[in-house]
Amino acid sequence: MTNSLTMDTPAERRRLDEMHQGLVGEPLDRPDGPLKVSGRATYAHEWNLEDTAYGVLVRATIAKGKAAIANRAEIEAMDGVLTVLTDNRFLRNPAQGTAGEAPVQSGLDVEYFGQPVALVVAETFEQARHAAQAVIFDGEAEADVPFDPEAVDPEEQEDETVDQGDLDAAMREAAHSIDAVYRTAGHAAAAMEPHCSIASWDGDELTLRGSYQMLKYNVAELADALGIDEDKVRILSPFVGGGFGSKLGISPEAVSAAIAAKALGRPVVVNMARQQVFDAILRRSETRQHVRLAADEDGRLTGIGHEALVSNAPGEEFAEPVTQSTHFLYAGESRKLGLSIARIHRTPAGSVRAPGEAVGMPVLECAMDELAEAAAIDPVELRKRNIPERHPEEDIPFSSRKYVEALDEGARRFGWDKRNRHPGGLVEGEWLIGHGMAGASRVNMLNAAEARVTLSADGHATVETDMTDIGTGTYAILSQVAGEMLGLPIDKVETKLGDSSFPKGPGSGGSWGASSSGSAVFLACEEIRKAICERLDCEESDLTLKDGTATAGNRSLPLADLLGGDDLVGEGKIEPGKTGEECAQATYGAYFCEVAVNRYTGETRVRRMTGVFGAGRILNRKTATSQCLGGITWGIGMALTEELVHDPRDGHIVNRDLAEYHVPVNLDVPQIDIVLLDERDDAASPIQAKGIGELGLCGAAGAVANAIYNATGIRVRNFPITLDKLIGELPGS
Amino acid sequence: METRLSINGDTHMLDADPRTTLLDALRNHLGLTGSKKGCDHGQCGACTVLIDGRRINSCLTLACMHDGQEITTIEGLGEPGNLSPLQAAFVRHDGYQCGYCTPGQICSATAMLKEAEQGWPSYVSDDLDGAPALDGEEISERMSGNLCRCGAYSNIVDAITQVVGERA
Repeated sequence: MTNSLTMDTPAERRRLDEMHQGLVGEPLDRPDGPLKVSGRATYAHEWNLEDTAYGVLVRATIAKGKAAIANRAEIEAMDGVLTVLTDNRFLRNPAQGTAGEAPVQSGLDVEYFGQPVALVVAETFEQARHAAQAVIFDGEAEADVPFDPEAVDPEEQEDETVDQGDLDAAMREAAHSIDAVYRTAGHAAAAMEPHCSIASWDGDELTLRGSYQMLKYNVAELADALGIDEDKVRILSPFVGGGFGSKLGISPEAVSAAIAAKALGRPVVVNMARQQVFDAILRRSETRQHVRLAADEDGRLTGIGHEALVSNAPGEEFAEPVTQSTHFLYAGESRKLGLSIARIHRTPAGSVRAPGEAVGMPVLECAMDELAEAAAIDPVELRKRNIPERHPEEDIPFSSRKYVEALDEGARRFGWDKRNRHPGGLVEGEWLIGHGMAGASRVNMLNAAEARVTLSADGHATVETDMTDIGTGTYAILSQVAGEMLGLPIDKVETKLGDSSFPKGPGSGGSWGASSSGSAVFLACEEIRKAICERLDCEESDLTLKDGTATAGNRSLPLADLLGGDDLVGEGKIEPGKTGEECAQATYGAYFCEVAVNRYTGETRVRRMTGVFGAGRILNRKTATSQCLGGITWGIGMALTEELVHDPRDGHIVNRDLAEYHVPVNLDVPQIDIVLLDERDDAASPIQAKGIGELGLCGAAGAVANAIYNATGIRVRNFPITLDKLIGELPGS
Repeated sequence: METRLSINGDTHMLDADPRTTLLDALRNHLGLTGSKKGCDHGQCGACTVLIDGRRINSCLTLACMHDGQEITTIEGLGEPGNLSPLQAAFVRHDGYQCGYCTPGQICSATAMLKEAEQGWPSYVSDDLDGAPALDGEEISERMSGNLCRCGAYSNIVDAITQVVGERA
């Protein structure tokens, strides 16, 4: 039986709090840890299938036009080469997250420099790589192709537009106002494991071992791309070497591997080179953001404007939702929010960790810092004064919201009262010291999820879902939820993930994985608890499960005895419902940062950071803390170093590897103080949990930028804040 | 061409294309997939292994250059149920998330501890002589050749600090 719940009413009965095993929330080690630290976890490339041939993708070196291979016969004659494939089913770019259908399939029609257009397959990797490098195209490149997002007429995204009150009037009448244009650079997800697929066919049935975040969507996308039925496709992704959005949708290597494996009648592995990942995997759009804040004498906002320009390739629906949290985070009666998209021929854009807030929140929070300065109000106090009672555009209530608590607790732990109050005024030798803060906000979403839990006759439980663990801790938290509900020690619970033949999970994305899959497991366990009650002939409210023993009234017996040789199977299914529409759900937090900026070179070092977050019930404090550490690390990268650079002549990504695209290294990141607030959000999910995988990033770069301003007195409105943007204005320069 | 590779105490006869990197020999020919390919250009450190005890990016060296040398990969440092102190400390401190950079981090840290014991200074060492004290900044600097996109750096430092403390 399936226990289904549509989230139409808040889950006011907090059932997890009534349980007795004491697992949920505990900072347990990941069960998959020993496999990972000993090199025994199986990532996409690491399945040893007999007779596997190696495929290497070949990219187009024109930005738009028709590619044609000039020397096909020569390549096919090279040592070990099995085939040179071009095919109209090849993907132009990966599917967008949750698409559930094939993305644009363009074969040899090129729409950006770096698009994979051919696959060379050979007996060995060395042979395939050599042959792929020898491919010569004689394609026709079109002229007058747009590459600069600020040089074309953009399309307005009407569903993102809000025009409320009269912002122009509010700006004119404001006691304090800010009117500024910020820019953020494009970003690469740069997951450590490159995109890789091994395709193998058994008759007309395809098994794809890949590195994917959302298997239920990926099966549909792959089947659609190949023109076969979904029930002929199985995807395995038990371990994913990082995703950050880049593995949400089926990508070019999977489809080409499947086509090649079918043609050759043997397994084919296609592992994208790091440079190909930069070229052909969806990037985060660069943004231009026009922010306007109007406030009265006391810093109370009377108006907010946030209008953004982003880019994408023709035919892609995704537009970086820059203003997503601006809609509800702060009060202000007059509001003008908008999003426009420029159609250009760069690598297509898509979801990269925290799409929207990752770049929108830092800019909003920098503007708030500017306003605090203009109004001479403590930046923490300014934010607290502007927290609205109800959603300022939709006039609906908020669900649980810990923004004030995060601001206060962060300020206390960081020692905000001892901050530098004179921009450019605190000097230690050759270093200028500064302090800055920013708020964090990320919308909260629930996604349909199913899971199956089996309580075996010997008293073990097994959780099964096609959900993935991309480093997020899914293996740990689903076992913890099941162990809590069934009263089992953690070593009696096993979670199996990443196999599309299991019940369909929500996928890892949008920060919805833990709360959605956790709820499905919770519901499945409720079903098992019901069956146990029937056997004990007791009411559910009288049942206590702990340490493998069931107790009701004065009767107590081990689960193995109670089961009498039977397995109990429960299936759970959660679907989003009215609570998602009737109240505004989000996660909140605050960052506090100390930087040192070299007064001669402009080099910025982040010295310490504090992050305080409220994300509903925390399922595992260790893995949740790690998610926040990771998010803040991304924020440091966005603030200081990360920037995709495009050649203005053909749009190609110039810095297409990890030596030139600078993600933070160990020495760039200080010890970070993370606090997770105690919270239950009844409207979010039946386990009162919300998402936490992206929150750590949603504003973090703003805290760093505000600290740089505080250190130097220089307001840089163009991320990343590299040395060159500071050095000309440093004191004494 | 034939190469005699000594890996984790076992001898392997590799008969492979001379262009085969040590990393691809391990992963594609010898079934030792613990060493990871993150960039294939010596930029990320995920492929770090130990050759005669010293850390090296195995993607930047050809397998045929290591005939007769002692190679240690992550699989040779420990296994589930019998983890090395660093491996166990990474689990305890959550010094990883997705786990893909982790074998390289641990191989790198294993050699790094030895380098410090032998008195090698680093960019952040105050003094070029004497055994450097492995505080957080020293560990961070010495581990900066191993990228972690999940952002587990502060936990990685905590894990290594624990092992440094146990050795003291």
